[in-house]
Amino acid sequence: MEKTLDTFEIGDVGIVKRVGGEGKIKRRLFDMGITPGAEIFLRKKAPLGDPIEITIRGYELTLRKTEAACVTMEAEG
Amino acid sequence: MKRFALAGNPNCGKTTLFNSLTGSTAHVGNWPGVTVDKKTGTYKKCAEPIEIVDLPGIYSLSPYTPEEVIARNYILDESPDCVINIVDATNLERNLYLTTQIAEIDVPMVIALNMMDEVEKAGDKIDEALLSSRLGVPVVKISALKETGLKELMEEAYAASLKGRQGKTVLEESALAHLVGDVKIALKGQGVKDPLFHAVKLVENDSIETEMHKETVPMIDEFKATFEDDVFGGDFEALVADARYKYISKHFAPALSKKKTEKFSMSRSDKADKVMTHKIWGIPIFLLILFAIFHLTFSEDFLYLGKIFSLPSLEELGLLTAEGEPLNYGVRWLACLYDGAIFSPGVIINNIWNNMLVGELFGWLGGLVEGSSMAPWAVGLINNGIFDGVASVLSFLPPILVLFLFFSILEDSGYMARIAFILDRMFRRFGLSGRAFMPMIMGFGCSVPAMINTRTLADEKERAATVRVIPFFSCGAKLPILTAVAGAIVAYFGVGNADVITFLMYLLGIVTAIVAVLLMRNTTLKGETPPFIMELPAYHAPQFKNLMAHLWDKTKHFVKKAFTIILASTIVIWLLTHFSFAWKFLEDEAINESILAGISQLVQPIFTPLGFGSQLGQYGWVFVVAAVAGLIAKENVIATFATLASCLVAMANQNVGGLDIAAEEGIDAVQAMVLATGITVPALISFIAFNMTTIPCFAAVGTAKAELQDKKRFNGTLIFWLASSYVVSAAVYTIGMWWWTLFLWLAAAAAVTSFIILRNKRAKAKAV
Repeated sequence: MEKTLDTFEIGDVGIVKRVGGEGKIKRRLFDMGITPGAEIFLRKKAPLGDPIEITIRGYELTLRKTEAACVTMEAEG
Repeated sequence: MKRFALAGNPNCGKTTLFNSLTGSTAHVGNWPGVTVDKKTGTYKKCAEPIEIVDLPGIYSLSPYTPEEVIARNYILDESPDCVINIVDATNLERNLYLTTQIAEIDVPMVIALNMMDEVEKAGDKIDEALLSSRLGVPVVKISALKETGLKELMEEAYAASLKGRQGKTVLEESALAHLVGDVKIALKGQGVKDPLFHAVKLVENDSIETEMHKETVPMIDEFKATFEDDVFGGDFEALVADARYKYISKHFAPALSKKKTEKFSMSRSDKADKVMTHKIWGIPIFLLILFAIFHLTFSEDFLYLGKIFSLPSLEELGLLTAEGEPLNYGVRWLACLYDGAIFSPGVIINNIWNNMLVGELFGWLGGLVEGSSMAPWAVGLINNGIFDGVASVLSFLPPILVLFLFFSILEDSGYMARIAFILDRMFRRFGLSGRAFMPMIMGFGCSVPAMINTRTLADEKERAATVRVIPFFSCGAKLPILTAVAGAIVAYFGVGNADVITFLMYLLGIVTAIVAVLLMRNTTLKGETPPFIMELPAYHAPQFKNLMAHLWDKTKHFVKKAFTIILASTIVIWLLTHFSFAWKFLEDEAINESILAGISQLVQPIFTPLGFGSQLGQYGWVFVVAAVAGLIAKENVIATFATLASCLVAMANQNVGGLDIAAEEGIDAVQAMVLATGITVPALISFIAFNMTTIPCFAAVGTAKAELQDKKRFNGTLIFWLASSYVVSAAVYTIGMWWWTLFLWLAAAAAVTSFIILRNKRAKAKAV
């Protein structure tokens, strides 16, 4: 099932399908390892539900929901 | 001398390696601004001494953040003899992403696999021979922290620097190989240095490169037109990044064999995070930690033990003489730790430093000068001009260091990054990202490193706004102004509580900062809220060695400042207050005829709306002088008070019985000035507010200039500081004097707000 990363709940796992967004943000997401095929695990949400913390390529990354919305995922399970 | 550059991701242990390599000979220098914020030091255990350059931590060589551009330009333009790429072995894939980019530059390169001790502790293994053969560069396992493998690393680097290297790209395996190859040949034909690197960046459509090689762009576009791809829709930046990670997962990732097979395991860090960044408790825990830090640093009633157990004061214990002085030497020491309450560690250190060490030293020195046969003006200059000034500056070294120590611990442990994570949502309302919090909180220590730290903010406008409000987060040097004036208000007028006044002034600074950011982000520095994509480092215990290095650096910097710029300015002020325009030496009593008095009386009326202008009468200019002296260094404000107060006391000796002008913290000095000028409480508070929000010290202004780069923006910043301090202090003074003016200020604020909202709406409507 395809959905964007910002709609993930804590504990969800998925594979990156596409990355969109404006140039600078997109490049930053790529540089941090969010590229098609990478596996993402949603680890935690900040006190107000935003930003979110994910595990990608073996490390922890935090990003906002607005940026997570640029990432289209193939959800597992 | 050969030059080796250290490059790697943020937080990969680069600075630890730098310190381990250069040891105590490290010469830490800051080049402000456009050049590079790079540190250099010397490594001596090789065939010849080697200069080590520590570049800023980066994730990529993209053109989007200033640090990335700095590092990239250094490697390309300054051609170091070797690049040591530090790779965090616990986070191999992402770290190697940068490696694949540096590898494209024609520069000798060695990879240092850092944090090997942690990898081994987890039971994992890395096959460095496999990595080395795939990358075509030497790979050395090290632990910067435990200082293992460093000698081998440097020998490999030295050997590599003698050989030279041709750039190599991992894109050779991808669909882009042909395109890159063709562009490279074209660039080589033009005699471009590092053709492979530039070719890849040109294919990526990198903004810096397309500027640099304008003539080549149409040719590349032609090449690109023939390139077919349906996944990325012709987005070459995405294609390149994707190809790099694909190559890394395929060829490099197998070098790592993990003991644990589960993909997302709970580490100790995660367990700590469960509490520290908890949905509900995260923010209260953060506030508690902040409170604890300030309590440990400044509280005179540690854990409120004195209040809870109603402990007796020294006087009640009969340990003081009739004059309120300690009975003997032992009691003086005891008084540093205890008086009706146990002091917090910060206060104890402060008391020992000031009462026992600095006070004794300068008392003794002053006695020596007094007893010598020097001319009276020389004795005055040395004792009142130099010693009092320097002593009062040195007196607040302890609180700065203690506060700084706590912030270093927060930063080193990884909690600072969590704070940004927790607070991001709140900061976004003001048009900033959670990252802006770090430089701001650092501002409580010192504005200079805080302003340099804004480099982690990618957005130019966000950076400018943050740099401008950093001085409002009252720095360590402004604290003495607060304690002295607040202490004097309590002691002289008998109103309020010094702690509460101090706390409220800190709050005033923060509120001013928030209002100013909101104002700027809606007017002159309008822009989208910048993105927030940040790595959360694993928690680790702060390194004692690291903390001490930080503190030592800070102390050196501070003492240097005390003995150079501050010393010079106290001397100048003393001279200006003790000589007339006719260059005649004046006794303390005749301060009104001095040069400084003349100048300050001229500008004094400007400060009337702030409460310390014309209404103060003949000695009122002293506050203006102190504020102006504060532009050189905020420490000067209290140093000036001490100098000027001793003059004022000499004039009005009969009135100041019992005050000790040279006493630490300057409270008595301020009282003497209150006595001489008749200044009111609201005006005194306005004076603090003015100093807190006006143009910061020379050093901070210089840093701001370097960090902002844009001259127009810098001039705007100076005007902004002047305007904000004038408005804030005027509001404080008028509301304090006549409470009903609050409504006038509110009305003015409402008018400004609605004007801005209306104007922005109209602009938006126009844009649509």
